[in-house]
Amino acid sequence: MSGRSLRTLSIASVVAMAIYLGLVFFYAPIEAEEGFLQKIFYLHVPLAIVSLAGFVIGGLMAIAHLRTREARWDLRSYVTIHMSLIFGLGALITGSIWARGSWGHWWVWSEPTLVSFLIVMLLYATYQPLRFSIEDPDRQARYASVFAIVAGAFVPMSFLAVRLSTAYLHPRVLGSSSNLPGPMQLTFVVAMAAIGLLFATMCSYELAAKRTRILVKSRSRILGYR
Amino acid sequence: MAPAVRLEGLTRRYGEREALDGVSLTLARGHTLVVFGPNGAGKSTLLRVLATLLRPQEGRVEVLGHGLPGEAWAVRGQVGLLGHEPLLYRELSARENLRLHARLHGVPEERVEELLRALEIADRGDEPLRGLSRGTVQRVAVARAVLHDPPLLLLDEPYANLDPAAVSLVAPLIGAGEPAGGGGDGGGRGGGDGLENEGPRARARTRGAPLTRVICSHDPARGLAEADVVLGLRAGRVALLANARDTDPQAIGELYR
Amino acid sequence: MSSVPETLPTVGTRQAVGALLRKDLLVELRTLEAAPGMALFAVSTFVVFHFALNRNSLEGDLAAGVLWVTLLFAAILGVNRLFVADAEQGGIDGFLLAPVDRGAMLLAKATTLLAYLVVLELVAVPAFALLLAGAAVGHELGGLVAVLALADLGIAAIGVLVAALAVRTRARDLIGPLLALPLLVPVAIGAARASAPLLAAGHGGRWLGLLALYDLVFGLIAYAVFDFLLED
Repeated sequence: MSGRSLRTLSIASVVAMAIYLGLVFFYAPIEAEEGFLQKIFYLHVPLAIVSLAGFVIGGLMAIAHLRTREARWDLRSYVTIHMSLIFGLGALITGSIWARGSWGHWWVWSEPTLVSFLIVMLLYATYQPLRFSIEDPDRQARYASVFAIVAGAFVPMSFLAVRLSTAYLHPRVLGSSSNLPGPMQLTFVVAMAAIGLLFATMCSYELAAKRTRILVKSRSRILGYR
Repeated sequence: MAPAVRLEGLTRRYGEREALDGVSLTLARGHTLVVFGPNGAGKSTLLRVLATLLRPQEGRVEVLGHGLPGEAWAVRGQVGLLGHEPLLYRELSARENLRLHARLHGVPEERVEELLRALEIADRGDEPLRGLSRGTVQRVAVARAVLHDPPLLLLDEPYANLDPAAVSLVAPLIGAGEPAGGGGDGGGRGGGDGLENEGPRARARTRGAPLTRVICSHDPARGLAEADVVLGLRAGRVALLANARDTDPQAIGELYR
Repeated sequence: MSSVPETLPTVGTRQAVGALLRKDLLVELRTLEAAPGMALFAVSTFVVFHFALNRNSLEGDLAAGVLWVTLLFAAILGVNRLFVADAEQGGIDGFLLAPVDRGAMLLAKATTLLAYLVVLELVAVPAFALLLAGAAVGHELGGLVAVLALADLGIAAIGVLVAALAVRTRARDLIGPLLALPLLVPVAIGAARASAPLLAAGHGGRWLGLLALYDLVFGLIAYAVFDFLLED
């Protein structure tokens, strides 16, 4: 991504975040039952959704890598999955805080999203160790792509399985977002946009940084430094 | 007919290092290419690329008229590889190992017996390889490599671990004549020189295709004797490429300096 | 996914799978590492569970849970061993040199793993009945077999992939279980939930559906990506 479009993206991101935070703190109503802490919902759910989308997109990029054999797809896949891991960790932490606030426990098995997330994160936590335990870079990229595809397909499967298993034991405590009243719905949509933009921006920065490092390394090799 | 091997700028990296860097050569059918070079020069990598086990990362590779990696399918059944590792299961016997490869290559079982007899290991054919000497295992590995009568043989130091008796059993199977002092009168060449051999080597030619060989060697004297073309590799690059009769053994020694 | 052009003289997949399978079973019979190890591990684990849970007999959810956790962990042991002999003794290269569809290796290894799992279950399920569950197992044996079959297919599909992936990495013994466990959670869910009513009394149709879906999805994915794990 060129310098100018990266800057545009960053500015859009900052603006979106500003609007988002403004809405969360000053516009969205305070929910009757859960109080102020409920607002963490506007952080937790977008983090979770964006992270999951990131994992699946990482899998799609991996398919592109295996088909075209171009290293740039592998780089994109790696960065996307890496960022999704970070956002996913954020989702787990905020989810745990919310659970503590709502139900008094740092962890609840009754919330299928949280549980599925844990499983998915446990799987993706092996992504980097897997990559770094393969020395040959060509094979490393290929195996990482296979992993990204299998794990990407696994994400929806895991959600389905966990949802089935908790469905008729505990009704879903979080209503789906379409049941939300107007102001909450607006805030939620803005939250999704802001977190999504943040994800894209951070990925672009990480990609740019990695590309620069690769360029510098290959230049210095050509010039004779090592 | 397309040459047996045609390489243009073949490059294959391992991490940051170039195992093969811009290697180009042409090898006609029925000829023998002997590759010299110090350890790590890329000899084994070259063989593995020709065997379709490694994909070329840059440059063009054509084996028996087919481009790699796209047409690797067409090449696979026509190449025999004898590498550093025997590619055999230690828990299985010679017969079981060879029968496995026979089935994977669509070769009838009689061929397995024929090779076991030719290599004089038929009586030990049912013992697990685990208990056999390295020389014996090497003989079984040779059998595996030539089992399917490939028109292109890729041999990485084929006589390693073999005593002179074994060498004389193995040599005809891999297209070499009398091993010692091969000299200039065609005793070792796979091309049409009218030798009336009834053994397996002859069959490789009656299959319709002359036998082409690429051999990695550390023995300048023997290597030169068997070669039509000589390739010297150093750090992945071509340091020497010439007809064998125009090559001085000194030049080969230089490679290892 | 590489496919074989019609005009080339290549070897049929069925013959190749047969040859590979025969080799795997011969090697296993000579070394007796994987299958007996898995079975022994399962029985020992039942004993540990007896002491850890401080119970003489189990039923329903608890029985299903103990059975499936044990079977999955034992399966992972087998997965770890699956490609080891081939990787160490050059069997993979030997196979790659043959004019055979790569999928033959996938099918052969998946069948080998299935064979290990069947041997495991032939020992573990009776052992489980004997040690922990008693009569409960006998009731709905047919249903239990169906659950075992569907779960085994899923384990085989994922197991071959994870084994192929792990065998060429440095921390081979560790990566295998770390990858396999999360990936097998849906199998654990489906199999345990389906078995629980069988080990008490009742029916678990939707769980069989989940298992079947999992088998289908990952069976297809394994077929599609396996080649990329073998080549260089």
